[in-house]
Amino acid sequence: MKRTPKDTATGSRRLTRRALFVGGLQASFIGVLAWRMRFLQVDQADEFRMLAEENRINIRLIPPARGEIFDRNGVAIARNEPAYRITIVREDAGDIDTVLGRLSHLVKLDPEEIERAMTEMKRSAPFLPITLADRVSWEDVSRIAVNTPALPGITPEVGLSRGYPLAQDFAHVVGYVGPVSDYDLSKLEDPDQLLRIPRFQIGKVGLEAKMEDQLRGSAGARRVEVNAVGRVMRELDRREGVPGANLQLTTDYRLQNYVQARLAGESAAAVVIDCEHGDLLAVGSAPTFDPNLFVEGISVTDYRALTENKYRPLAAKAVQGIYPPGSTFKMVVALAGLEAGVIGPEDTFYCPGYIEVSNRRFHCWKRGGHGSVNLEGSLQHSCDVFYYELAMQVGIEKISEMAMKLGIGVHHDLPMSAVATGLAPTKEWKRTVRGQDWVIGDTVNSAIGQGFVLASPLQLAIMASRVATGRNVTPRIIKSIDGVEQPSGSGESLGLNPNNLRHVRQGMFEVSNNRRGTGYGARIIAEGYRMAGKSGTSQVRNISAAERAAGVTSNADLPWERRDHALWVDFAPFDNPKVAVCVVVEHGSGGSSTAAPIARDITLQALFEGDPPLDAYPAKDRDAVRERQERLRALRPDVEREKKSRA
Amino acid sequence: MSYLEYAVKTTPSGLRKVLYLNWPLALLLTAVASVGFLMLYSVAGGSFTPWAEPQMKRFALGLAVMFAVGMVPIWFWRNISGVAYGISLMLLIAVELFGSIGMGAQRWIDLGPLRLQPSELMKIALVMFLAAYYDWLPARKVSHPVWVILPVLIILVPTFLVLKQPDLGTAILLLTGGGAVMFIAGVHWAYFVAVIAGAVGLVSAVFESRGTDWQLIKNYQFRRIDTFLDPSTDPLGAGYHITQSKIALGSGGWAGRGYMQGTQSRLNFLPEKHTDFIFTTLAEEFGFVGGIALLVLYALIIMFCVSSAMTNQNRYAALLTLGITTTFFLFFAVNMSMVMGLAPVVGVPLPLVSYGGSAMLVLMLAFGLVQSAHIHKPR
Repeated sequence: MKRTPKDTATGSRRLTRRALFVGGLQASFIGVLAWRMRFLQVDQADEFRMLAEENRINIRLIPPARGEIFDRNGVAIARNEPAYRITIVREDAGDIDTVLGRLSHLVKLDPEEIERAMTEMKRSAPFLPITLADRVSWEDVSRIAVNTPALPGITPEVGLSRGYPLAQDFAHVVGYVGPVSDYDLSKLEDPDQLLRIPRFQIGKVGLEAKMEDQLRGSAGARRVEVNAVGRVMRELDRREGVPGANLQLTTDYRLQNYVQARLAGESAAAVVIDCEHGDLLAVGSAPTFDPNLFVEGISVTDYRALTENKYRPLAAKAVQGIYPPGSTFKMVVALAGLEAGVIGPEDTFYCPGYIEVSNRRFHCWKRGGHGSVNLEGSLQHSCDVFYYELAMQVGIEKISEMAMKLGIGVHHDLPMSAVATGLAPTKEWKRTVRGQDWVIGDTVNSAIGQGFVLASPLQLAIMASRVATGRNVTPRIIKSIDGVEQPSGSGESLGLNPNNLRHVRQGMFEVSNNRRGTGYGARIIAEGYRMAGKSGTSQVRNISAAERAAGVTSNADLPWERRDHALWVDFAPFDNPKVAVCVVVEHGSGGSSTAAPIARDITLQALFEGDPPLDAYPAKDRDAVRERQERLRALRPDVEREKKSRA
Repeated sequence: MSYLEYAVKTTPSGLRKVLYLNWPLALLLTAVASVGFLMLYSVAGGSFTPWAEPQMKRFALGLAVMFAVGMVPIWFWRNISGVAYGISLMLLIAVELFGSIGMGAQRWIDLGPLRLQPSELMKIALVMFLAAYYDWLPARKVSHPVWVILPVLIILVPTFLVLKQPDLGTAILLLTGGGAVMFIAGVHWAYFVAVIAGAVGLVSAVFESRGTDWQLIKNYQFRRIDTFLDPSTDPLGAGYHITQSKIALGSGGWAGRGYMQGTQSRLNFLPEKHTDFIFTTLAEEFGFVGGIALLVLYALIIMFCVSSAMTNQNRYAALLTLGITTTFFLFFAVNMSMVMGLAPVVGVPLPLVSYGGSAMLVLMLAFGLVQSAHIHKPR
């Protein structure tokens, strides 16, 4: 196609015009880009800088070290032990099956755990460590460490886990920790962010639970730089957490061990309290269990074995168990009568073996009766009729008032689980709770610690210590928190007439040391260590008239659940009380026959801070005692005294 | 216009052509490519592998291609324009039939050592063919409907093929690049007004088709448009690219966070940080100053090309140069609009900076044509 010069000229002019137009469009769009760049990079720079930092920086929590718990000598009861676990990092491992195959030759792997780890591995990022085995022994860890080159991606990691070196001795006092559960979280309104850490250990029961806030400490944090998929690139800064407070208890690990060992085989509880400061030297409950089982989560079999045992190993009977105190309550009634001026120390009641009250017959434990008895004699022989008569004259209100004064039926503020309040009944109480009027028979029953009266072994030990000192001895279990001494529980005077107290104490002394006292069989003969005690045998069933007629009263013929509880309280030494002790043996039949010998052993252990000399015992008991001392000595824990000056 | 019309005497020949090269353009291209090397070195965490070193080799090869193409007289390129277009079209059809699958789209043709992307070739071939067409067509016939339908078909056939791959970015470039050549060649305003009106209609039709049987574009393309319109609706999913890209840009601030200090790219928050999103790394590490500097380099390239075209009496050479310039402009304009959140995310690389062999070589070949037009302009 031939083209004219004119055609060419118009074409090229138009081209120049259009080219300029297009060039202008392009220039203005470049201007738009520059303006947009300015908007993003200058006007909004700060905002985007902040977003970039948010992208980049992650806060990771550092769990603090949990506070440790020591006994009064500085021996560790609960501590943080290194816990080893084996982890695998998928991206480093390469062929996972080969690596696992090699690993299984070195250590025993649980197929279930491996299964779980494999599914977890598929879900999570390849650089995250997945736990293959928990609580691995040091031997296994070293075996893996030696074979590291053949095990790419496998790392033994160390963390801290709670350990209870004294195992079952302190199970009921200290309790245990366990992995935090959804249930734990749901109970808290604003849970500490630490609790969001998987398997973070928190106190579940006992001191561990009650003192959780002090023991846990507060989380530290580290700021790390992460990439888009969450891999940590480097640590930017680090703020260590505040470790939890260390607790020192008032308990003595040797005495506690002795108590647990001495009670073993029975369903029983014992409390030893220091009369001078209110320090709880031992708080024992039998049978017991190993708290270490609970730390990583207990197996179903183990747990069922504990819950289905009729001796209830999980119950801290010393503070949670409440029992009719039986004759150990007689000191309360006696003091109430003396303080009210209803009787004098030398006044007597006549005991024919029973009394009739509103057409009901109340028996004394001695069918033939004690004849004429005064106050000290009533304690020494544990005459029931004396107290029936006395109680009816004093009235239930004054008795309950005295009971509470001495620590029964009131709450004692101890950091342990479900500390029982017991019951010192009043007319008002029966009306509001039971909806019934108080009848005279109730007062008669209460007089000998039956009926509605309920007390825990702890409360009975407190009662004994208050009778022994006349002071408002208050129990304490925590001696110091992080080295700060906690207030002493020695208490002020109760305001009781010292003369009245002296007579009651004398009565208790006669129980143990008078040839005809109910506790004479379990006396201490070492001068300066003699004890004053009181036995109690509380019925757990009503004896029917038919049974009484048939004469089936021997506990040995009854099934275990229906036998009487055996109780004993004492304090020693008589002239200068140092310790007060209560022993309760559930369904142990007789206070003086079952509970008293145990209490004597414990009292002597507490006074001598170890095995007492054999000549503290009456000659005929010594062989049995020597044999028992040797047997129990073998059970004593071998602790290195790592005294913590901080605690 | 045949080669006989060229004033042969005033056209350099032999080695003297080197003196007539558009040297400022060559220097500017090298400067832009060097920015690319710098950034590829940075995003690899301070390493020449895996990106910076191959990219340098390719650019060296590209320079050689540019010089070689530039040495060849422009009338040769004019004469093979139709052939180039035909071959490119056939390759596009071949890819459609048995091309291999890459990144979910059929884009590559495997020629042993070289993996060819015919859509890249087509960008140049289309411009060449249209320039030759308007060189051949007398100026007075340019706006005649018959002579308008023909180039429209020339543009739409490859555009359709590329859209089918699917490669929305290249399709847009072909359409706009071809349209620009037509506009520069002098087609009447009214046609463009009509097309723009039609495009608006088409866009509404596309949105209308969403969820129906005759849906015109793929779901992921819809989602990209959605997230363009409001990236915050899905910050971790489809909106992730654009959100992170804006964060990187914005956090660069005035002077940037320093070379190799960009946390967004170094910690992998940026997607495709070595290809389509490489500009964000530049803007993060060198800030507003660095971003503007690159923009200025691009503007200068456009300027030198446009001024070369305007002083060229050869209609084919001028049209070709302007067409290539516009395509080049569209490349970086679309890419930058995308990373700055002004346009939806479409797969368009930043020319000469993004990592990628095929695109770089084709671009250098195109600038070879610009050089050829420049050297062989009638003087």
